[in-house]
Amino acid sequence: MLKTQRPPLDVVVVGAGVVGAACAYYAARAGLAVAVVDRGPVAGGTTGAGEGNLLVSDKEPGPELDLALLSTRLWRELAEDLGPAVEYEPKGGVVVAATTAGQQALRAFATGQTAAGVAAEEVPGERLRELEPHLAPGLAGGFHYPQDAQVQPALAAAHLLREARRMGAELITGESVTAVDRGPDGAVRGVRTGRRRLAAPAVVNAAGTWGGELAALAGVQLPVMPRRGFVLVTEPLPRIVRHKVYAADYVADVASGSAGLQTSAVVEGTPGGPVLIGASRERVGFDRTLSQEVLRRLAGQAAELFPVLADVAVMRVYRGFRPYLPDHLPAVGADPRVPGLYHACGHEGAGIGLAPATGLLISEQLTGKQPELDLAPFRADRFPAA
Amino acid sequence: MNRRRRTPAGLVEAEPGPAHHIEFDGRAVRALSGQSIAAALWADGVLAWRTTRIGGRPRGVFCGIGACFDCLATVNGRANQRTCLLPAEPGAVVTTQEGHGRADLAV
Repeated sequence: MLKTQRPPLDVVVVGAGVVGAACAYYAARAGLAVAVVDRGPVAGGTTGAGEGNLLVSDKEPGPELDLALLSTRLWRELAEDLGPAVEYEPKGGVVVAATTAGQQALRAFATGQTAAGVAAEEVPGERLRELEPHLAPGLAGGFHYPQDAQVQPALAAAHLLREARRMGAELITGESVTAVDRGPDGAVRGVRTGRRRLAAPAVVNAAGTWGGELAALAGVQLPVMPRRGFVLVTEPLPRIVRHKVYAADYVADVASGSAGLQTSAVVEGTPGGPVLIGASRERVGFDRTLSQEVLRRLAGQAAELFPVLADVAVMRVYRGFRPYLPDHLPAVGADPRVPGLYHACGHEGAGIGLAPATGLLISEQLTGKQPELDLAPFRADRFPAA
Repeated sequence: MNRRRRTPAGLVEAEPGPAHHIEFDGRAVRALSGQSIAAALWADGVLAWRTTRIGGRPRGVFCGIGACFDCLATVNGRANQRTCLLPAEPGAVVTTQEGHGRADLAV
């Protein structure tokens, strides 16, 4: 039998990944009555398959960088609020170029970013190993981005939800949303799961890579597609990589619209000891098959960047599906097609980093405030109808 | 009732070939052909051959089947070897691993 929630909810957040958790956290902090519902556990989708990148370094000037800069500030505050358990490390990023041409491209990229408020410092090739002693010799140079940081994404989502619950939010896991209810005027009235009705005048779609399916339940189209990535996990090591280090090709890979396989080394240590090695991108649907080709390329590229890794064992591999939208921008904010429907999904590989800004901006919209960033570039109706 | 001694070898009525030796922390430990390093150490009464990275607590075999990474040791100079999977080759040199065993790499 369907139950109606009492007291009345202000908002239902669908998705208990880091973005849904951040939406719940900021909405609860703004005094709203919040329920979070997820068909799986907390961080059971893409959040649990991420590396925890909080990057400004890979973003060109524009709306996504604005979100990232806002999030950088918010993550610093959250790290204080959530405590050491989320493994927040303001370690900085180092992007390296193998060739002089690559270094010139990095310089041009960094010049634009600096004008937009990013801190970036050029590092000549001969000084790279002062920052990262294990880097391969002979690299042309790189850039140091002190604002880049890292968290443990599943722990970050869990602790955001812990705080949201402390402020009164309700968390429902293991229940799929089967319908989004709308009134005769078309406005959202809540959601239904197999076990209950959650009535609320606002629904936030934080369903990540599955955000297109939730949008369809609300009667609108949102073309979120999975972009697969693998991460290699090495044996536990002492700190051998100090920053988040990646090759210049990574930026081009992220921005590519190709469905084909792209790999570029992204290497970082963790407080737990293992080094994480990414990053691959390919659009192959929700295929979970292990790809030896991807593993071989990632391992090879990482060892090229850090020769010491050639003699380190990989213990395991995980994979996940980034929520990809065709223009690489997330869908954030009210959907003009359905009153009461808000989107907070489609962040591709940047969702951990962009989660706080997304949550804050949504809560500002929900409470009738002017969001501190213009949400027009993130409107969910910007895509042509299929 | 036949009260045979309840050891794995006894239960399957194994007739192993002649023993050889591996080295553990500088002393000889008896091993049988086909035995894993972990089994040889256990048979010798050794239960721990690694310390944890943070608390320095002793660790040995937990799952024994190559899944849990608890039974790591330094074998022939190589850290983080799963002793439950590695055969006890004659003359193998096993040393107790302190933490991650790769302190030389730290920067």
